Amino acid sequence: MEFDIGIFVQQLVNPSYLYGAFLSVAVAVLALVLATAVGFAVALGRTSQSRIAQGAAGFYTWFFRAIPALLVLLIIWNALPQLFPVLRQEWFSPFIAAFIGLGIVEAAFMAEIIRSALLSIDEGQNLAGRALGMSPAKVMVKVVLPQAIRIALPPTGNEFIGLVKFSSLASVISLQELLTTAQVGVNITFRYAEYYAAAIIYYLIIVSLLTLLQNYVEKKFLWTSRSKPKKPSTLEPIGQGVHA
Amino acid sequence: MSHEPQPTEAKVWTPADPVLQVRNLHKSYQDQHVLRGVEFDIHQGQVKAVLGPSGSGKSTMLRLMALLEPANDGEILLRGQRLGVRQRGTTTVPLPERELAKERRDIGMVFQKFNLFPHLSACRNVMLGLTSVQNIPAKEAEERAMAMLERVGLSHRAGHYPSELSGGQQQRVAIARALVMNPSVLLFDEPTSALDPELVGEVLDVMEGLANDGMTMIVVTHEVRFARRVADQVTLFDSGVIVEQASPDEFFDNPQHQRTRKFLSHVH
Repeated sequence: MEFDIGIFVQQLVNPSYLYGAFLSVAVAVLALVLATAVGFAVALGRTSQSRIAQGAAGFYTWFFRAIPALLVLLIIWNALPQLFPVLRQEWFSPFIAAFIGLGIVEAAFMAEIIRSALLSIDEGQNLAGRALGMSPAKVMVKVVLPQAIRIALPPTGNEFIGLVKFSSLASVISLQELLTTAQVGVNITFRYAEYYAAAIIYYLIIVSLLTLLQNYVEKKFLWTSRSKPKKPSTLEPIGQGVHA
Repeated sequence: MSHEPQPTEAKVWTPADPVLQVRNLHKSYQDQHVLRGVEFDIHQGQVKAVLGPSGSGKSTMLRLMALLEPANDGEILLRGQRLGVRQRGTTTVPLPERELAKERRDIGMVFQKFNLFPHLSACRNVMLGLTSVQNIPAKEAEERAMAMLERVGLSHRAGHYPSELSGGQQQRVAIARALVMNPSVLLFDEPTSALDPELVGEVLDVMEGLANDGMTMIVVTHEVRFARRVADQVTLFDSGVIVEQASPDEFFDNPQHQRTRKFLSHVH
């Protein structure tokens, strides 16, 4: 059996692949948003003065770093609806179960990324903000967070790419994401090479686009006057070299 | 006209009284007693230079006065009002952080390592206190920030980020950032210690300009010549207590204490 370019190209433009890719990315994006929100709360808990908050946040990280994501997905999709009737209703789709499951697992990892980013900000920044009379919340939002985001961006990009690939785990709860799409096709035609190669191309395109997005966002956090587009404002430097 | 009976305050502050008073200030870290009963006054428009060896408690005193850390004992009074605590029944308790933040608005602080916000341009560093603490609209805040940068000679660097500025320029931006809040007192924690020697002068010039404009300043420094030329009063700190407190001429030409003479023999 030879590699049939025709079948490969045919699958590449097959709308069900495109839809599968869209589901994979959508699950990853929503899971990352959830993971960042929960992870930020857990990171605040771990860095807080309160013993209770420390303990709860520590438990969360410990628990969800230990449990395989696959098991969490199976629990959310199969076990929880048995316990809670509300999850037996129409709205609770494999898509929702997948992004919640991946999001709460990922939150344990994002919490560590966010925590180390927060801890890496120089204590003098906090002091300077407080000395200006800023409330603790203002210091966090206006001073610490913008700097912590820059530090957290590269590892978060890694996690995001990981999530796109982890979304294939959701095949066990019957989500028709990218890899499942390929697998379904293979089961009918047995053209393994062509169908998997099409999946490879899709993953490569997705991750390439994400890398471009990451580079773009990181450039936004360079903090030099030269990377900014010229605007006629007094906030821009006036015609002098940086180290003149 | 009838005279309404005023609720009797403990004592009424008048501009003739010291603007900032420190009474019996104590501070310990674990087993280290860093401040052991510091007392002093500073009047409106005065410049006080604080000298002393490293680890003598000078910087700790500034942090306490800036309300960045609580004192273990003693009082800090701004215009006769006690800072950092409130009365609950018969005991005084430390203010919560949100309330402390409000009291800090009236006291400016300039740090040894500048502590500029690296993600903001020079202008936005100066604007941040105005927009986020005083809730001044961005347009007006920008105008006031630019005026303040002009005052420290850096309006042409307004759009530059801290990483693009020299140490001396960064410290001048930091001074503008504190100054724009219009504080009653400006505290300087070794403002030139982290600078290359050739950059010290530009910062001291800005500070001397502020002193001439009548700013009330407490300057912890190792710059003895600056202390002599600019300060109204020079203080020597050692082991958490004030050893000597005098006018510059008295302090440098006729010190009363052996410890001061010894210190001066090392720095002259």
